[in-house]
Amino acid sequence: MRSALSSTFALFQKDLQSELRTRYALNALLMFVVTSVATILFALRSDQPSPSTLSGMYWVVVFFTAMSSLSRIFVSEEERGTTMTLQLVASPSVVYFGKLIFNAVLTISLTVAVTLLYTIVFSEYFIIKSSSIFFATVLLGSLGFAAAATIIAAIVAKANTRGTLYPVLSFPILIVLLMTVMNATTKALEGAPFSDALEDFQILAGYILVMTGGSFLLFDFVWKD
Amino acid sequence: MTYVKYGSIILITLVIVAGIGIPMSLEPAGFFEFPLIPGLEDKARNIFFHVPTAWTSVLAFLVGTFFGIRYLRTKNIEDDYKSVSAAGLGLLFCILATVTGALWARFNWGTFWNWDPRQTSIFILLLIYGAYFALRSAIESDEKRASLSAVYSIIAGLTVPFFVFVMPRMMAGLHPGARDDPSGKGPLMQSGMIAGNMRVFFYLSLLGFTLLFIWLLNLRIRAARLEHEHSRQQH
Repeated sequence: MRSALSSTFALFQKDLQSELRTRYALNALLMFVVTSVATILFALRSDQPSPSTLSGMYWVVVFFTAMSSLSRIFVSEEERGTTMTLQLVASPSVVYFGKLIFNAVLTISLTVAVTLLYTIVFSEYFIIKSSSIFFATVLLGSLGFAAAATIIAAIVAKANTRGTLYPVLSFPILIVLLMTVMNATTKALEGAPFSDALEDFQILAGYILVMTGGSFLLFDFVWKD
Repeated sequence: MTYVKYGSIILITLVIVAGIGIPMSLEPAGFFEFPLIPGLEDKARNIFFHVPTAWTSVLAFLVGTFFGIRYLRTKNIEDDYKSVSAAGLGLLFCILATVTGALWARFNWGTFWNWDPRQTSIFILLLIYGAYFALRSAIESDEKRASLSAVYSIIAGLTVPFFVFVMPRMMAGLHPGARDDPSGKGPLMQSGMIAGNMRVFFYLSLLGFTLLFIWLLNLRIRAARLEHEHSRQQH
């Protein structure tokens, strides 16, 4: 019997490998980021976006891109009919944490892509003046995103209208997180000292703990048929 | 249940008649005159309807989540009827609270919607109810629908403390008792801010709406049970 930690990692590796083979999520994600940023550019034209507008737009792009790809992690298992096998070979908590790690990695790479693109296209306005706040926000925000999105993905995978249902179910859960990260990102762009954003980080850390803990306890009921 | 039914009818009728009928004056004399507060005036009467509907919608959410948790433990479909019936009523009262609140906001604060923290929270509560029913309509199997929607309502319930404790700190509000309110914690939490006779009718209204919720919940649970029986006989 392998330890839970190594099985979790094995499951993550399996998802990563199958993703790298097809690049289904990665390609869709990248195209989604490019198209939504292009739309924002068309909408803004020659306007000068303020830090709060930019941080809002940043997370809008992250939210909708994440909504287009994070549910795949469970939906693909249902579509390929591999759910039963996974139920046999791994315990629910191993499955949950394996999928959570994969979604967290995917969200972090997504924020990296959006950040790079923003620094290129909004080179005059999107200037990260306080990088410590920015990196902490993006990291904690991605983890919180992944925590909430993973359990909702598990729920949605069992329903019929998956594509449209996913953002509908996720938005009310994510709204606290979105408001907090937008707030903190604005502070990072305005160059506030790190202590100013400490309260936001406490909220984010609390959110991650509550969501991960709650999902971990409830995952059994979703996963087992 | 008969007591609950007639109790709610009598109390709510009394509150409607008294709440709208009792005159207001700047210097109230006796029990049958409400104080007239400049700037608030007759709009203050809305407190008898707006606050109790908001209270009932939160109560319904808690009841729905409670029976959701019980369903996950017992797997008894009866608990799912209770949970979904409470959620349906919660949505109804949530809409009523939003509408009465928006009207009050229009005539007291100038616009129907200001994104005050409590308006934001009730908007999110509406979204949660909407998502809950969207999820239920997308699952065919009864057991699966019951357990998945129970899990969703618990997950949604986990974010509620953030709205109650976090949001008011992040932004200033217009409701009494918000962060920058100089008068303190709001009229319901503090004594002396609401006239004694209004307080009496307010609590009667709270009780009346709670009884109304219990009565309607009972009706809906019985209807759900009958519907289930009916569909089982057809198969």
